[in-house]
Formats: sequence, structure tokens, C-alpha cells
Amino acid sequence: MIHFVLLISRQGKVRLTKWYSTYSQKERTKVIRELSGVILTRGPKLCNFVEWRGLKVVYKRYASLYFCMCIDPDGNELEILEIIHHYVEVLDRYFGSVCELDLIYNFHKAYYILDEILISGELQEPGKRTIVRAVAAQDSLVETVKEQTGSISTIIAQASK
Amino acid sequence: MNPFSSGTRLRDMIRAIRSCKTAAEERAVVRKECAAIRAAISENDQDYRHRNLAKLMFIHMLGYPTHFGQMECLKLIASSGFPEKRIGYLALMLLLDERQEVLMLVTNSLKQDLNHSNQYIIGLALCALGNICSAEMARDLAPEVERLLQFRDPNIRKKAALCSIRIIKKVPDLAENFINPAASLLREKHHGVLITAVQLCTDLCKVSSEALEYFREKCTEGLVKTLKDMANSSYSPEYDVAGITDPFLHIRLLKLLRILGQGDPDASDCMNDILAQVATKIESNKNAGNAILYECVGTIMSIEDNGGLRVLAINILGRFLSNRDNNIRYVALNMLMKAMTVDAQAVQRHRATILECVKDSDASIRKKALDLVYLLVNESNVKPLTKELIGYLEASDQEFKGVLTDKICSLVEKFSPEKIWYIDQMLKVLSEAGSFVKDEVWHALIVVISNASDLHGYSVRALYRASQTTTEQESLVRVAVWCIGEYGDILVNNVGMLDIEEPITVTESDAVDAVEVAIKRHTSDLTTKAMALIALLKLSSRFPSCSARIKDIILQNKQSFVLELQQRSIEFNCILQKHQNVRAALVERMPVLDEATFSGRRAGSLPTSVSTSTGTAHNIPNGIAKPAAAPVADLLDLSSDDAPAPSSSGGDFLQDLLGVDLSTASAPPSASQPPKGGTDVLLDLLSIGTSPPAQSSSSASDILSSIQDNTASLANLNGLTSLSPLSANGNSPASPAPVMDLLDGFGPSPQKNEENGPAYPSLVAYESSSLRMSFNFSKQPGNPQTTLIQATFTNLSPNVYNDFLFQAAVPKFLQLHLDPASSNTLPANGSISQSMKVTNSQHGKKSLVMRIRIAYKMNGKEVLEEGQVNNFPRDL
Repeated sequence: MIHFVLLISRQGKVRLTKWYSTYSQKERTKVIRELSGVILTRGPKLCNFVEWRGLKVVYKRYASLYFCMCIDPDGNELEILEIIHHYVEVLDRYFGSVCELDLIYNFHKAYYILDEILISGELQEPGKRTIVRAVAAQDSLVETVKEQTGSISTIIAQASK
Repeated sequence: MNPFSSGTRLRDMIRAIRSCKTAAEERAVVRKECAAIRAAISENDQDYRHRNLAKLMFIHMLGYPTHFGQMECLKLIASSGFPEKRIGYLALMLLLDERQEVLMLVTNSLKQDLNHSNQYIIGLALCALGNICSAEMARDLAPEVERLLQFRDPNIRKKAALCSIRIIKKVPDLAENFINPAASLLREKHHGVLITAVQLCTDLCKVSSEALEYFREKCTEGLVKTLKDMANSSYSPEYDVAGITDPFLHIRLLKLLRILGQGDPDASDCMNDILAQVATKIESNKNAGNAILYECVGTIMSIEDNGGLRVLAINILGRFLSNRDNNIRYVALNMLMKAMTVDAQAVQRHRATILECVKDSDASIRKKALDLVYLLVNESNVKPLTKELIGYLEASDQEFKGVLTDKICSLVEKFSPEKIWYIDQMLKVLSEAGSFVKDEVWHALIVVISNASDLHGYSVRALYRASQTTTEQESLVRVAVWCIGEYGDILVNNVGMLDIEEPITVTESDAVDAVEVAIKRHTSDLTTKAMALIALLKLSSRFPSCSARIKDIILQNKQSFVLELQQRSIEFNCILQKHQNVRAALVERMPVLDEATFSGRRAGSLPTSVSTSTGTAHNIPNGIAKPAAAPVADLLDLSSDDAPAPSSSGGDFLQDLLGVDLSTASAPPSASQPPKGGTDVLLDLLSIGTSPPAQSSSSASDILSSIQDNTASLANLNGLTSLSPLSANGNSPASPAPVMDLLDGFGPSPQKNEENGPAYPSLVAYESSSLRMSFNFSKQPGNPQTTLIQATFTNLSPNVYNDFLFQAAVPKFLQLHLDPASSNTLPANGSISQSMKVTNSQHGKKSLVMRIRIAYKMNGKEVLEEGQVNNFPRDL
């Protein structure tokens, strides 16, 4: 089981956090601080696993972003690397050669995609096309609802933008 | 519409935050945004609720508090539109966790959404439920989720399957409801559904043995077939990863098979072929392939034995181990650790490679390899492996040294073939990484040296030599100082020279120099300095010629700011000047320290099996029943007044101080060796930290003897009411007056006994010239284990006692509850009482025993009295 997913930039900025095990807000901050200290300082050629508080953190760097997933000590680390890559590939397909800025300004989209890949810390869907299609279908549903409710409030909202 | 609350767009806010140059600027922007969002919340603004929540999520990720937005999530979820719900559920998962009360409020909305006509809304609800549901919610919503496992759209079925995992983890009782639906999902072709179904079955097996039996019976063959189809399937672009079709499904199937095959030969047999096929056919040049192989090896190692497969698996690990990719080497080490339990011999073959990994530049690999080496060590290879590890200790970085030192010490203790080797290795570790050595490790070393009488000379000379070259390793210095103090004469006279030793000439003043360096070094801490002070006292008697110089050094600490050192310095000076006649006896060599009890005290921290055969374990025949506690406790009691003794918690501290020790309480009361008076006094001197010196050197022996007599003879006196004291004491030759007093006090008790009617006579538990303590017992009906004790303290002197404090300690099988005393002032010839409750968990098997300590002030002077009560009626 995956306990949590973190996306941390090289500067230590948090880009995405997803918690599948229970951590209080305080613990979450602590975990993030601790782990970014450990992971960001590791050299480039070292292995992608860090043992941490009896658990294992699997991380992989893509450009300026570190994707980290924390798993049980008896989990399959190599598979987690594949899951991380799976997520990155889906992001790439969805955004079209994704970059960190996409994930900053559309962070909610990154979450939506993650929710189509993982639920309760387990893999939900191995097919990339299925995932992109599911997210796109929901996006278009949002669009149609927005168009339908072309009410006065939307017009005002757009005017005030 | 309030133009002020609408604020900026999400994108603009993010841009504004990103353009901040300092943290203060960022805080200002965030504060402004949060204020606007709060205003919108209080106005119950509907139009921008989802935008505000999106902003809050971003702010939350930056680490600012966002609790005020929690109710907004619920409102958005309760609204009807999909866009609102989508943001609402996302925020719910991000801003809340399952422990928050607010979460319960969402249960109803979730229930409605799980029954919604729009499948995407069902999907959102399932996702949220699967990620953060609490046990209560799981119970409430399980029927809905169960129903959705049969939903027409596969995307909902797979979400429901994963959601079920969370539910059965939160409420394992619900597992049986999910067994059948899960089994039917296993027949699906859709990869998403299949993968989640396999995962659900795996988790069901973990929480319910019923499920495990069911799946083993019904599904093993089907799963094997699914895996076979997968392995033989042709290229499918949607699921292909590096030339392998759906490695994720491969891995999950293998994981489930592992659980089904574990402990069941038939099921294991059924999967042998496919495991062999996976292990041989999967390409290992890409990570995906290696992930499958890794999982496959794990399954082969776990299921019931099949020799051929095991060989295959170990070979794969061997290949992994020589891989250049660090990740692969890491998992290989990880799996070899598991393989140790299955086939240690095969793992031993890779020993050289594993040892290389201990020196890897990657900390994760180093640590894993070290863990593995630790498992690999046995009696036959301990010497070369320890040599390797110690050799590496010099080169390793500081961070790793701690772990490495721990492991080496533990190995050396566990497997040392002979004492001299143990001492040698410990010496190397101490000189290389002494600051990383835990206290109990060097304590153990002292115990071992003390027990190896033929190696005293060798040890002290080696330590002396090491301390000459290395001075910055604190624990090395401590051990060296202790040994020089104890065996200084052996050091100087070259007694017990072994053939392998190089001759060394140490003069008496050299030895004193070594100790002086330790005490004067500014980095030495209190423990080291205190140990050095005691060593000096001991040397003063061993080396009469250096006596004057030693006195000077001791006196230098008279001005120490540390109370302990100052006090010792004055006391020791007093001994040197005024008590020449007792000094020699006082500083006799420490009696051999009892290894068995010492390792017992370390209770599980490290298994010690250093051979103890040489020394017949002596018990120190002094009244204070602490032979075992003696080595360390005594040394440490010095410092324990200021700092708690390391390795013992607060509760133990009192025990240490009072010396109650379970194992020693049963020590034979008849002292088999003649009491070594001098040593006893010294022990007492060291252990009673706060008593004034005059008392400890002279009158302490009285206290001691009275305690001893308590232990020795009162055991025989149980239940005796009229026996003559002399005949009872006939076998303990050294029983002086106190016992008589004690028995005098015993006189009136039988009468009370008959008045009150209880089966237990009251007794005088403790009596000194100034104080008497008597116990009255009663039992609560229906609770034979618990005894109520009413303690009465009587002042036998014409002085008032102030700040009266009674403390008691009991061994672990007893539980003690002390009520406050009726007063903390004891008037002259008056008395006060205090009640306590003792619960005896070994009622009927063991009788009560208690160590007591009474402190009070008489005429402004602190007085401390200690004793042991073991004359309780037997059946309490």
C-alpha cells in the first residue's frame, strides 16, 4: 500500500501531497520537511529508495520535480518506480509534454489524474488511455455544465475577471 | 455580489504568490487572500465558493492553515452540480483527515452521491470514500459500496473494489460480505477491474482467514491461468510497459499467489510451473521486468519448498547483486535478507559481494548490506567478518559509524569464541569509535574483564596503551581508567604477561599520569571524572609512593562546581588523611562482577553470550542485596544524583538506588563467604549518594549489618512469635544487637493480632536507634492478591523530624500504591501513619518483599535510612 504521494520541487516547494494513511496536519508538515531534507540531498547516481521511520520512500526525479511515494517495508520498490513513471506518462499525455509550471497552475488537474490512478493507496488502472479518457470526460462534463448555466452570475463573474 | 470578496482568479493568485521575492511578501499575499476568502465564507458567497476552495488548496500546499475552509467543502459537496462536487471532494481529501469530526457530516452526502444517476459523481464519491473514510463511515456505507461492485460500468467497479479495501481495513468484520463479490470480479477481462479485484482479494486474505481458505480453494487455479494468459499474451499497446504486458497485473497476481501458496503444499504445487515460466522468460534488462522478477522471487521464497525453483530464485538474486544499477542491488540485498530464513547456505555464497556493498557510496545500500551481514555472521565466520567491519569503521563517515559500531559490538558479544578476542575487538572499536559505543556495551566490557582473572594484566596494559594514543574517545578512557584503578598494581608489575604481548614498562607515576590526564581533560564529562576520582583513591593505596601526589589531584576537585565531584573530593581526602587504617580495606579490588545478572538487567537489549564459565558467580555477601547491580549501578550511582543513570528509566532509578533486584532477593541468605568488610563499606559509600561522609564510613556499617540480619535471619522468623532470638540467629554468626531490638519490637504484636482478628500478625518492619516502622495488614474481602498495609512510624528520639519522607520499592511481580502520610512532621516520641496497597501478582507463590528508604531532617540535618523488609507473613 502507498501511504502518501509527494511532489517536491528541487527548491523544496511542495507541488502535490496526497495522503492515503492518516496523518494529522502537523505530522504532514513534519513528514514533508523531513523527507525533502533527506531526498533532495541525495546524489544523482544513488538508488531511488530511502528507508524512513520503518517505511520505505521510493522517489524519482523528473526534470526539476521529485516524485515520492511512501510504501510498507515489504512493498515492491521497483514496481513503485513503474507507478511513478505511469503517473508521469499520463500527466505528459494529458498536458502534452508536461512541465512543472503546468502542475503549479493546474494543480487540481494533477490531483484529478492521480485520483484516477490511485485510490486508498492502491493502483486503480494500468491503462494510460483509459485514464486520460476518464479525466477528459469529466472535464468536458464540467464545461457543458458551465455552458448550460450561462446565468447572469457567470456573466458577472467573467466581467469582473 | 460583493466586488471585494470575489478577489482574484486562481491563476492570478498563483502568479502573485510566485512573483513574491521574500517569504514575508508571500505571507502578505496569502494573508490578503485568506482574508478575502474568509469574508466570502461569512457572506455565504455561492458563486465563487469553488474558486475560493481551489485557492485554499493551493494555500494549504504552501503550508498555511486552512481549517476555516473545511465547512465549505461540505457545502460544495452538498450542492447539485458536478463541477462543484468535483472541487468539493478534492478539497475534502486534501484539507481534512479521517480524524476530524467534520468528516462525519459528509456521510449523508456521500450516501446520496453513491446512489446518484451520474456515474462520474458516483466515481467522485467512491474515490473520496476510499481515500479518507473512517471506521464509522465504512460501516454506514459498506452496503452501497458492495452494491457498486456489480455496477455496469467497469470504471465504477474498479473504484468500488479499491474502496472496499479501505473499508475492510477499517472494519475487518465486514470482510465476509466482500468475499463473494470479489471472487466474481476475478473473472473480469478489464485490466483495471482485474487488478483492483486481485488487490481486494489480497487484502481480504490478510484480514480474514475465512477469505484465505475460500480463495485458496476456489480461485488458485483461475489465478494461475490468468497469469499464464498474461505471460503468453501478445503485444497490447494500451498495457505495454517496456515490452511486457501490464507488469502491474503480473506483480499483483504474483503477490496474491504468494499468500495463497504460503503454508499450503497443494496450492504451491499448482503454481510451480507458471512461477518457473515467469522466472525464466521475463526480460531483465528493464525496470519493469526486474520488478516482476523481484516479486516472483519473493513468491518462490514464500511458498512451500520446491528445490528447483529456489535455485532459480537465488540465481536471479545473484544476477541482481552483480547488476550495476543501484536499485537492483538494493532490492537484491533486501530479498537476500528474506532468503536467509529459507536458505542461509545459498546466501552465504554471496558473502564477498555483500561485504563489498557495505562499502558502497550509497547510504541505503550500505545500511541494507550491513543488516544482511549481521544476519550472515555465525560462529565460524565471525572473525574474518568482524575484521572486515572494523577495518571499514576507520573509513566510514560519521553518520554511518553509529550504526556500524552498534552492529559490530552486538556481533562481537554474540559470537565471540574466546574472551581475549572479545576484549581485543572491543578495544579496537573503542579506540576507533568510542563515542558511538552505547553505555551498556562498555559496561559489559568491564564485567567481562572483571570476570577474566587471567586477562586482567593483558587488558589493563592494552587499555593503558590505547589510552596513551587515543584520548578523544570518552568510553575508551572510562574503561581504561576503571581498569587502571582496579588493576594498577598488575599494570606496573607486569603480572600475567601473555606471550603475544610486547613488554611494556609502566611506572607508578605513569599510571597516575594516565588517570590525571582523564580527570583534567576539559572534554571529560562528569561520569569520566567521577570514575577517575575513584580510580585515584584506589591507586593511593596500591601505590603508596604516589600517595601525596594523588592527594593533590584529588584536592584539586575540592573547588569543583559539580557538587558530586566536590563532595567526593572532600570525602576521599578525608579517607586519605584520617582513615589510613581502613583505607587499604576500603579500596580493595572490586569483587568479580556477576555476568548473568548483568546481562539480565540489560534485558533483551543485546543478547550476551560471552562465556562466563571461568568465574564462579560470586554474590557479594553484603547486606544490600545488590551483587549484580554492583558493577554498573555503583559506578553510576555517583552521577545519578545529578543525572539519571543511563539505560534506566525513572522508575528503575529508585530500584537501582535501593538495589532491589528480583534475582538477588532469592540469594541464599547464609553468606557463604566471609564478608569482606572493607568492600562493603566502599560499596555503600558509592551507592548512598547523599549521606554525609561521616555516617557512611562509620555508622553505615551498622546499618548494613542490621539490614543483613534482616535478610539473613528474619526469613527464618516468619510466623515465629515466641522463639528465642538467639536460637533463630544461631546460624548467622555476625548478628549483633539490632536483631535483638528488632525482636523486642516484635513482642506486642501478637496481641493486636488477636484483637483485630485478621490472619496476619502485624510486625515491626524496620527499626533503628531513632525510628521504628511497624506494619499492620488487612485484606479486602474477595481480593486475596491485594494487601492493605498500614505503616506506623514511631520517633524513638527526643528530637522532632521534619520533611519526613517514606519511599518503598518492590520487585516487578508486585504493584505498590502509596498514599500520602498523615503528616510529614514526626514529633518527638510521637508517631504518624501512612497506608499503602500492595498487589501481589504471584499471590500464593511468592511472598512480599520491599525495600524501604526513609529520609527526614533532624535538627536541620538530613538523615537517610534504608532497609529491606522481607519478613512479611508468607501468604500475603
